[in-house]
This record gives sequence, C-alpha cells and structure tokens, in this order.
Amino acid sequence: MSTETLEEKLPEVAEVPKEPLFSSKNKRLLTDPLDDDNPITVQVLGICSALAITVQVQQAVVMALSVVFVMFFGNIIISVLRDIIPSRIRIIVQLVVVASLVILVNEILKAFLPDISERLSVFVGLIITNCIIMGRFEAFAMGNKVFPSALDGIGNAMGYAWILVAVAIAREVFGSGAISFPGIGQIKFIPDGFFEFGYANNNLMILPPMALIVVGIIIWVQRSRNTKLIEEN
Amino acid sequence: MAINKNSNAFTFTFAILMVIIVGATLSFAAISLKPRQVENAIQKEMISILSSVGVEANRDNASDLFYANIKERITLNHSGEVIANRQGKVDAQDADDPFNIDVQKEYRNPNMKPEDRSYPAYLAEVDGTELVVVPMVGKGLWGPIWGYVALKGDYNTIYGAVFSHKSETPGLGAEISEGFFQEPFEGKQIYDDSGNMVSVDVKKSGDTSSDPHAVDGITGGTITSVGVQEMMRRTFGVYDKYFQSKKANITELR
Repeated sequence: MSTETLEEKLPEVAEVPKEPLFSSKNKRLLTDPLDDDNPITVQVLGICSALAITVQVQQAVVMALSVVFVMFFGNIIISVLRDIIPSRIRIIVQLVVVASLVILVNEILKAFLPDISERLSVFVGLIITNCIIMGRFEAFAMGNKVFPSALDGIGNAMGYAWILVAVAIAREVFGSGAISFPGIGQIKFIPDGFFEFGYANNNLMILPPMALIVVGIIIWVQRSRNTKLIEEN
Repeated sequence: MAINKNSNAFTFTFAILMVIIVGATLSFAAISLKPRQVENAIQKEMISILSSVGVEANRDNASDLFYANIKERITLNHSGEVIANRQGKVDAQDADDPFNIDVQKEYRNPNMKPEDRSYPAYLAEVDGTELVVVPMVGKGLWGPIWGYVALKGDYNTIYGAVFSHKSETPGLGAEISEGFFQEPFEGKQIYDDSGNMVSVDVKKSGDTSSDPHAVDGITGGTITSVGVQEMMRRTFGVYDKYFQSKKANITELR
C-alpha cells in the first residue's frame, strides 16, 4: 500500500525542482494569516472562542497555545495521511483527528494547569468546532505536502493567537486595571493616581460583547492600514 | 497488490484502524494522567475546606496544612450516627473515606433519597480551637451551588463559611463566592436560645448585623441567596442530631 503511493508520487517530485526550505512561497504561508488573511479579522472564523476567553491574558495565552498545538499536529497528521484517507469519509477522519488532539490537550491541561483548565471549562473542548481548524485541514492539509502544511498550521494558529492575546490585553487592562501573571502576581497598568481622579474600571470590558467591539476596532485599524482588504462598493 | 482506495473494504479497514489507534492513544493518555488529575481535585477540595476554617492555602501547601489542621474525617448517616471515620492521609481508592464522598453527586442523583445519602464532616483544630466543618450542596439559579461551613466547638456559632457555584450570574448570584457575602456569617448562630435548629436566613432587606440568625442577601441575586438559605437549613437539619448528641456530651462532661 505504502509503496504504491510512493511510486505514484515519484514522477511528480522529479518534475518540480526542489524548492528551498523557506522559499518565499513557504514564508507567505506563515505570514499571510497574521495579517492579510487573518482567520479572525479577515475570514471571521473562530469568533466564538475569541469572545469567551479573552477576559484574562493568562487564559487567552493558554487557549492560543492549545490551538497552535492542535493546528500544527493536526495539519501534519492530515497531510501525512492525505493520500490514503478515503475521500468519502475524509471529513469524519478530520473530525477524529481534531477531536483526539483536543481531548489530549484537555487532559494535559487538567493534569498540569488545573486552575486555568477550570476557567477555560468547555472552551478547550470547543476547539473541535473551531472553524479555522477544520477549514485548514480540508482546504490546505488535504492537498499539500507535510512541510508547507505544518507552516500553514502554525501561521493560521498564530494569526488566531495574536488577535486573542491582543483582545485579552485590551480587556484586562481596561476592565481590571492590571494584568495577572502566574507566579508574578498582578502588574498594574493604570496608575493609582488615575483612580484618585475618579477613573473607574470599565466593567463592560469584562462582559463578552466588549470582545466583539475590540475585535471590531482591530479590524478597523487593520483595514485602514491595509487598503487591499477593503471590498469594493 | 493494488488496493482500490475507493472500495468499501478499504474505507472500512481505514475507519477501523483509525478508531483502534486513536482509542488506544487516548486511553493511554487518560490513564497515565489520571493520578495527577485526582491529586489536583483532592488539593482543590482541601483548599476549600481549609478556607472555611480561615486557613489560606495554595496548591503547594494544601495537603500539609490539611493534615496539620484537620484531625479527623467522619461520615454520618441520616440519623446523625457516625458510620465511618478516618484519620491521616487521604486514600483516593478508599470509597468509604469521608473525603471521597461526592455529596454533590449524591444530592443530584434522583434515585437517592435523603435517607440514603452520606453526610461527611471534618473535625478540625485550628490554633487550639476545635471546629467542625460541614460540606453542603444546593441549587442556585442556573446550576449547583456548594459550600463548607465551619462551626465552633459549641456546635452553634459559625466560625467561617465559604460558598462557590458552577454558573451563577456574574455580578449577581456569583457574588456568593465573594468575601463580603461570606464574612457576615462569622459569629452567627444556628440554634436559638431554647435550643431549636433555626439555621441562618439570608434576608432580602433590613439590618441583619444584630440578628444572630440572619445575614444580608445579594441584591439581584435573590434566587441564589434563597438557595444558600435552603442549603444551610436542609444540611444543618440532618447534622442537627449529631450536634445535639455532641452537645449533650459536653454538658455531661461538665
């Protein structure tokens, strides 16, 4: 079985001249999702988790790392298996791959970061339904070689991750006035003098709707800097 | 041998192999991580119990402080008789260990009558004061609420109380886990002057600071507040018989 797939692939490999490891094409796989093709701000995927777990930077970072892990290994597994996955059950196979990786992440978090895992609660499990992941499996990893798929996985997950962390920083600074880091404690970002002048933490920042508004602001800033993203009419 | 990758046989073989591999990997991960997860759950329960007796603990020192302050763990039946007691280290495998009794699971089990449930309690000694910690579970507005209430050695005066919840509304019912709601319980009494169990009411309005049997509820969190009140009354109702017998012992000894 495996020898046959090798034989099929061989002529193809011979035709294409070997491209360098980080060719400009491969680099774009990493950098495009960060800005021009960002899964959250441009493709508007994975919004639900971006709204729910961006109250604290800690949670957002753990969630982001979980998605990077699932995305990276998921894309590699799917890409390795792409020639033998029966096309009729390929969506199910993709679902099984993402589900088992997510369960693995959830179990690991429960064992090593119990407090954060409790606050993330169902949202780690909901990575399964994160449209970015299944989207990349189906659109990219099913049709590309392992190395580009791995880069694409990291790129897209990082695109998701930086938005998540940026939103979380904005929400925690304006909602709680300080960011709490594990092991270091809270670091105040709003000076005490402000509070004496009557400044108050914005409680709306802690509620989910505000995440949508912050994401909206990021999209606004991004589009005003990057005019090719603006649709005509 | 050429294999038709679109054949049913290939599809089935692929699916079966996939399920076996994934299943094996996940069960291996689950089994090897289980001891750590159990340890985490034990630590969390210890931290809650300790905070009801006023001992601040974190995950690193939870078990040391727990064994230093909690002298004995007992289980009562519905008539207030001690049916099990344990001292020393918690054994996660020992189903009769009062520490391992999941009061929440028993409370939510519709087939389990109050008479069949187990009622654990923790006998503590903190800075020379004898205390008894009673775990309790009840219903909030959206989901379960639970807490630990510590009574002083007179089995009447509340020494400390902690409450927590699964999914109460943030800013309203969820405030039961905050200090400003829990602190007023300290010093309240669950028996009236003639020795009747009256528990502690969570009042909607009025000044409760001078009332030994009431605390202030949470504005906008009425259903959760009532849930706490019901939970305390029901739970203390069961422990009442145990407390009474203990109190009788105290008077005899005098």
